[in-house]
Amino acid sequence: MKDIIDFRVDPSAYCHWSVVYDGPVANLIMDVDEREGLFDGYELKLNSYDLGVDIELNDIVQRMRFEHPEVKVVVLQSGKDRVFCAGANIRMLAEASHSQKVNFCKFTNETRNAIESAEEDSGQNYIAAIKGSCAGGGYELALACNYILLTDDGNSSVGLPEVPLLAVLPGTGGLTRLTDKRKVRRDLADIFCTVEEGVRGQRAQSWGLVDEVVVNSTFDETVQCRARAFATKSVKMDVRQGIALNVLKRDVQSDGSIDYEHIQVALNRELRQAMILLKGPRQAAPVDMKTFQQQGDQAYLLKLCRELEDAILHLRTNELEIGLWIFRTQGDPESLMAHEHLLVRHLDHWLSREVHAYWKRTLKRLDVTSRSLAAVVEHGSCFVGVLAEILFAVDRSYMMDDEFEGDTRPIATIALTEGNFGMYPMGNDLTRLETRFLANPGHIDALKSHVRKAIDAKTADDLGLVTMILDDIDWEDELRIFREERISFSPDAMTGLEANLRFAGPETMETRIFGRLTAWQNWIFNRPNAVGTNGALQRYGTGVRGVFDRKRV
Amino acid sequence: MADVINVSYDTQIPNNVNLSSDRKVLKALEKWHPGYLDWWNRLIPRNLQQSMVYLRTAVSVDPKGWAKFDYLKMPDYRWGILLAPRLEGRTIPCGEHKGQPAWQEVPGEYRNLLKRLIVIQGDTEPGSVEQQRFLGLTAPSLYDMRNLFQVNVEEGRHLWAMVYLLQKYFGKDGREEADDLLRRSSGSDEAPRMLGAFNQETPDWLSFFMFTYFTDRDGKMQLESLAQSGFDPLSRTCRFMLTEEAHHMFVGETGVGRIIQATVDAMTRAGLTDASDINKVRDLSVIDLPTIQKKLSLHYTLSLDLFGQEISTNAANAFNAGIKGRYMESRIEDDHLLKDSTYKVLDFENNQTVEREVSALKAINMRLRDDYVKDAEGGIGRWNKIINKAGIDFELKLPHQAFNRKIGAFAHKPIDPEGQLLSSEAYSAGLSDWLPTTSDGDFIESLMQPCYEPGQYARWIAPPRVGIDNKPGDFEYVKLHMA
Repeated sequence: MKDIIDFRVDPSAYCHWSVVYDGPVANLIMDVDEREGLFDGYELKLNSYDLGVDIELNDIVQRMRFEHPEVKVVVLQSGKDRVFCAGANIRMLAEASHSQKVNFCKFTNETRNAIESAEEDSGQNYIAAIKGSCAGGGYELALACNYILLTDDGNSSVGLPEVPLLAVLPGTGGLTRLTDKRKVRRDLADIFCTVEEGVRGQRAQSWGLVDEVVVNSTFDETVQCRARAFATKSVKMDVRQGIALNVLKRDVQSDGSIDYEHIQVALNRELRQAMILLKGPRQAAPVDMKTFQQQGDQAYLLKLCRELEDAILHLRTNELEIGLWIFRTQGDPESLMAHEHLLVRHLDHWLSREVHAYWKRTLKRLDVTSRSLAAVVEHGSCFVGVLAEILFAVDRSYMMDDEFEGDTRPIATIALTEGNFGMYPMGNDLTRLETRFLANPGHIDALKSHVRKAIDAKTADDLGLVTMILDDIDWEDELRIFREERISFSPDAMTGLEANLRFAGPETMETRIFGRLTAWQNWIFNRPNAVGTNGALQRYGTGVRGVFDRKRV
Repeated sequence: MADVINVSYDTQIPNNVNLSSDRKVLKALEKWHPGYLDWWNRLIPRNLQQSMVYLRTAVSVDPKGWAKFDYLKMPDYRWGILLAPRLEGRTIPCGEHKGQPAWQEVPGEYRNLLKRLIVIQGDTEPGSVEQQRFLGLTAPSLYDMRNLFQVNVEEGRHLWAMVYLLQKYFGKDGREEADDLLRRSSGSDEAPRMLGAFNQETPDWLSFFMFTYFTDRDGKMQLESLAQSGFDPLSRTCRFMLTEEAHHMFVGETGVGRIIQATVDAMTRAGLTDASDINKVRDLSVIDLPTIQKKLSLHYTLSLDLFGQEISTNAANAFNAGIKGRYMESRIEDDHLLKDSTYKVLDFENNQTVEREVSALKAINMRLRDDYVKDAEGGIGRWNKIINKAGIDFELKLPHQAFNRKIGAFAHKPIDPEGQLLSSEAYSAGLSDWLPTTSDGDFIESLMQPCYEPGQYARWIAPPRVGIDNKPGDFEYVKLHMA
């Protein structure tokens, strides 16, 4: 087993994927190397995947947007004969701990969402070209694409065999996308999800499981033809040159603390907490988008986002006992505002859009993180615009009020920008402010009058933008008590509590995936019918069936 | 109650399953029938369809007198539904339901697994007919042509057998699968047959005999293990199919034997003893022994692939569910559960072939393959006797199981017929010595000239020792329609 799971990938080191670029069309080929599993004890046969395969996919999806903005259509296909993708590797799942399973599913879900939002945010359209069997997670991958072609060779099929085969759910969005995205009739979906061998040909199309069934001899040709047609129809702006995303540098200390250029993650294992400090920009904002693009992956707001995303993924996967993340910022609010304002002013620029969309995805990762999240607004901080969004993502926020003895930093303020009113919606399709003030939508308009003005502690308190403001006398003690209390609670209860309170408001496909589907799946992942020594998941591959506790719960 | 031994011809479809009183299935089969006939008529060249062929037709499932011979046009063959008689008190022979009464209806929990097995078996039957469709045009004798057609119509009947099971026991899904069996076709770009070996063409008669010897023997092993099924109708169907399959292997073994006979006879007449002097042997218009070896190696290894992965969850599931047993399950002395026992499988680790003990349950495929290898060895010995007797120093051999594999632990590994791992360059260089090349194929094809005179045989194949149905040597097995 590898000690630390690293989400940073160098494309030259991909084991499982390749991309062939062809003008506005990219052919994304899945050809999993069965010997290159992330852990020992299983082989990634039949294009099955584990976290390592998905880390590469995530990297590709990300680079497609920044490095290859010329691509309008991505064709997902298999590099193997007779199999598209067999889904998540079952041996891997059976041997994985509960937390590994949950983290794996969460990350793969986020990657599927990123595939989906590539179209929504940037007009980069994914289509799936299925030849061979496409089962479980394989079909869920196809479901994340916006158009599915299936060859009609009398053999190729799509299927979600999790229930009959493993006694678990198609948990990477499968059930939800079936009914919510593809709007497959629920009784047909019910049949589909209980048929081990899946559905082929015309029936797959008439049930809405795929968009198009194509005769085998013209399949490849039709796929490329559709790809071209989608590319022509695409509303995506023509961009010739992308920017390179070099592998992110970070320094991991012996105690697990991490230094990035703009972020410091300090771990305190005894208190089971991480202090995450985001530093404001040291350099003035680029004068225009051309300069921004020249700075490329060194541009402050892009780099900060990459570092934040890496820190989230790293802590989530590798630091399970760090139960409380506390966000801090330090820096010049004006300067940060200028950096953000350049992007806000140029929403017609592809890179501005991409950076915004990237922040949106990264903040969503925070929303679904199963850790207690808090923010402290200290003197000298710069919770402005996109960083202020963190205040509304966390479970609680504390702000310094008035001067603190011996503290010479500028008095704590926060500032809202245009960004807080629609650039970074949550999974429920509302902004974090809308979600926060669900009872009083009119309040949002009132907040708009404060845009790009420093808001001091008392005003922030009045406006409901922070949980609590504390002066010099109470600050240390209140925070200590909060931290100690928080980590004394049951981690499971905290996860459940936070996940419920964070997503007020309407359900969307995304919240249903992360809420309903994931929660049920995680319940099943704990039940003996799946994971007990005689459960179906554990027994899969032995030839002996699972033994079920027949009581319905 | 219809007689379950004798075949009833009271419906359009001969059967011993009381079809005339099973309106539902009869209707389904009658609906399927025209599609089948259409498939058949499009398949075999027209003039051969119109020829009168001396075929045997099953009239009973009693092994002592089950067939009668007569002239028949192939499209008029009475394809029927024939099941071996039901054994009273039969129980499930293996797996977690061992000892329970055999199922007469499909158990819901195994419906899909069973259906899949039947579809895969069913898909091979028409596949081989498709592969062999043009061979009649180059038959080396009327005797061989008749054997080819006998094999073909019986493979067709095996398709019927599987289709009957699908339609009788698997409802709407089963009927759709039955239709798809006619939709897929060998070597098709549109919808190929499910298994690789059934998408290879059978370009010549040596291939045909090798196919019937090796690939039909895989069919026999599969049928043997399905004959052990706890699903009784499947078991009964397969038991009867095995009696027909035996003839196919007879055709293969004697066919290759007769080709070898013709070769060594010609060599002896010409005073040749060096089998490796290929050109001189070929000048005699017979097939040289090294080329026969290459064909043997090719068909043997393709057939090994049909057994699937050495370690297989699907096979384990099927065994444990009691829907597919092992070869001669009832004669094996163990607990028939295999939960705690192990079995040795060949594997490839650190660049070498190793034997590994694995759970016997997961090694079901490997065990069946081992039984197959033993079964296949018999004929090789008999072929070598023919060569020996002629005083020629040459021995046909089964190549190592790791050679030329596309499926399983040895798939795509550069391993030679002796089982030695080579560099990929050395392997590529050796291939033309081990497997038939295009020029080998061209040579064989040059020999494939029809020989349609009763009692006459192409030079490259010796006459059989005994005629079919004990007919004399000049018997006209096929009355050709030469329109």
